[in-house]
Amino acid sequence: MSRMALEGVKVIEWGEYVSAPFCARTLADMGADVLKVEHPRGDRSRRHGPFPGDVPHREQSGLYLALNANKRGITLNPSKATGRAILLRLLESADVLVEDQGASFVDGLGLDYVSLKERFPRLIVASLTPYGRTGPYRDYKGHDLSANAAGGISFGNGTPQREPLVVPAAQVSFMAGLGAALATVMALVAREATGRGQLVDVAEAQVVGVLLTGYHLPTYIYKGIPGYRAGNRFRLGLYPNCVLPCKDGYVCINCPQMEQYQRFLALLGNPEWTNNPRYRDRRAMTEQYPDEAEGLIIPWFMEHTKEEIFALCREHRIPCVPVQTIQEVVHDEHLASRSYFQELGHPDAGRLTYPGPPYRFSATPWGLRLPAPTLGQHNREVLCDLLGYIPDDLPRLRAAGVI
Amino acid sequence: MQPLEGYRVLDFGSAWAGPMAAQLLADMGAEVIKVESRARMDGLRLGRPIVGDDVAGGDRGLWPDLQPAFHGFNRNKLSITVNLKHPEGVALIKRLVPMADVVTNNFAPGVMERLGLGYEELRAIRRDIIVVSMPAAGESGPLKDIIAYATIIHALSGLMSMVGYEGEPLVGQLQAAWSDALAAMHAAVATATALYHRRRTGEGQYIEVSQWEATTSMLGEAIMDYAMNGRVAGPMGNYHPMMAPHNNYPCRGDDRWVSIAVASEEEWQAFCRALGDPEWARDTKFADAFQRQRNRAELDARIAEWTCQHDAHEVTEFLQGAGVAAMTVMNIEDQFLDPHFRERGFHVEVEHPKVGLEWLYGQPWLLSDTPGSVRRHAPLLGEHNEYVFRQLLEIPAEEYERLVKEQALY
Repeated sequence: MSRMALEGVKVIEWGEYVSAPFCARTLADMGADVLKVEHPRGDRSRRHGPFPGDVPHREQSGLYLALNANKRGITLNPSKATGRAILLRLLESADVLVEDQGASFVDGLGLDYVSLKERFPRLIVASLTPYGRTGPYRDYKGHDLSANAAGGISFGNGTPQREPLVVPAAQVSFMAGLGAALATVMALVAREATGRGQLVDVAEAQVVGVLLTGYHLPTYIYKGIPGYRAGNRFRLGLYPNCVLPCKDGYVCINCPQMEQYQRFLALLGNPEWTNNPRYRDRRAMTEQYPDEAEGLIIPWFMEHTKEEIFALCREHRIPCVPVQTIQEVVHDEHLASRSYFQELGHPDAGRLTYPGPPYRFSATPWGLRLPAPTLGQHNREVLCDLLGYIPDDLPRLRAAGVI
Repeated sequence: MQPLEGYRVLDFGSAWAGPMAAQLLADMGAEVIKVESRARMDGLRLGRPIVGDDVAGGDRGLWPDLQPAFHGFNRNKLSITVNLKHPEGVALIKRLVPMADVVTNNFAPGVMERLGLGYEELRAIRRDIIVVSMPAAGESGPLKDIIAYATIIHALSGLMSMVGYEGEPLVGQLQAAWSDALAAMHAAVATATALYHRRRTGEGQYIEVSQWEATTSMLGEAIMDYAMNGRVAGPMGNYHPMMAPHNNYPCRGDDRWVSIAVASEEEWQAFCRALGDPEWARDTKFADAFQRQRNRAELDARIAEWTCQHDAHEVTEFLQGAGVAAMTVMNIEDQFLDPHFRERGFHVEVEHPKVGLEWLYGQPWLLSDTPGSVRRHAPLLGEHNEYVFRQLLEIPAEEYERLVKEQALY
């Protein structure tokens, strides 16, 4: 096997749930040696599920398994003095610390960045928090829901007048983890030149906030529109750009180019209404009377299945595809032809399907090598073999709540 | 000093995903040269201009320097106009390749190869080049040539099938080009990692980012549920299996909302105290997390009765003071004016030669020692032809004039 791109890079992950673990997972997939430092009560994602047969089991939570593959794991409570001492010893040989503990908490433990920098000048500290380590909200509490709210992404998601929605499946936290991984690798590149580590301060809300910068920011600044929800359609732009029901599910259509729209109308048999001037202004159809405009084409979609619609639209080069369910994605022929999904065994959870790589490198492989660690799986290996504790010390550390 | 100082990128990107990937590298100090042409303009240079109202002209490309979305994703870059359909166009690019570390594009599969700029050809010119391609569905497979925009990728990836209110018909849209931003970040982290590897080993490589796969790669929870239980995830609204209350609640004013998430028994007690220990909260229906989850519709209605009497920002400050995770559901105006985000440089002001001062987004992550920055405005179309061809390539004035005249530089 060829060398992996981040081989030899040692990462300590002191985080839980989604964003920090996904950051470390992204680095692990490219070869970094990630050691997950987990509170003895276990990462909260172990209680999140999904579980086989819906029976909670700390080693079988799907979210935990997906986020923590390719890592080794120990239990450790850095709130205890001994736990802190062990963490500091682990940091001696680490290149990166990924943590999500919050500024005031790490400050209180004497693990603030200034202290860490003094001891480990080459260490890169990637800090993930909902709002960041500076500013008036630095100590505010937050979760994925809060990052969705502050990041501005929820406001546009949902139906007008009803409550705004989060991006599903904790995707905002995933994106924050990805942004943190990107910034961390930049810091690694910088360290090659400077020899110094640094603090990477990632505000989860701010990462997802980049999504509002393309159109929402100028739409606000130049037109004074602060935001909107538009349900199943894009509020601005050219008709049709929406999600519509069909015979057996939903399809998504988006025809920004006039030729695409004309091919679509031809497929519908150029119906009579296309001659009505009211239905010739595609901008007005989206922005002024979208319900009426969508009503013109829904009957055609309702007569056909997703598969029929997809086949016809591909043939006529119309951008319209099925809204695939998770089941359809897992069995998708295109992804199968690219050997996208991967299988991995786990001692408690068994053999399962995992999502595959987001990118493919020609020289340095991406790899799913290890299942997620069971709680404290590598305690002995790390504490005894690496740090020189003797096996008899472990029960004592466990009893003291350190591991 | 910036992380990518001294690295040069040739960016063939168009629209959002490709340009944003290169912009993330540019923000970190790389010199990114955007390759464009009047014969093939970046799609984001088309459309309604910032100044004036000539939409039809904008759609025909008459206002390439006045497109707001373009400015965000192309700040910090240089622009050259090379007509790749001109016989000398590709040759000019090949002369730049020895000076480039990275080449990025989000063309459909095979386009770079047909131009004679495929990875093998570029590698023959510069052995350690890093080439990044971002085709919508990847470079192989039955759907590799599919026409795809962000929403189309959302639909194929599985993400869209989960957007909506719990147990109701699908909503589907996100009002944001989610997959574009995601693919851009994936491409940028892969590129930075490849540069790190090259620095340590001298080895370049080819990177393929399928925007669809990049989007699906983060849906592990739903994919595992299907693998374990055969269950197909649908819209779940703001439901969270481990938190209740966990929702966005209406506040005073038009379309104002506050998010409230309670993660523990301790926080629930704090929340009740903050509300003045109302009678309803003592009901056994809300006695523990399990009960609150089961009766969440009623719980949400109770909370909404309280929130709707108050301003969203006030609820946020008040509940945060009590130790509860509340946050205003911000729209872009809230974000733009927010003192916290202002202090963190969420938005920055840049001087643009044709627009004047304009606001763009700032750095989404803050590096303490080698921070990214917005150093220059998005380039005017062809603004840096002279610098790149006359200075970098040292093309004599006469030949340069000829290339312009013959529309190789166009």
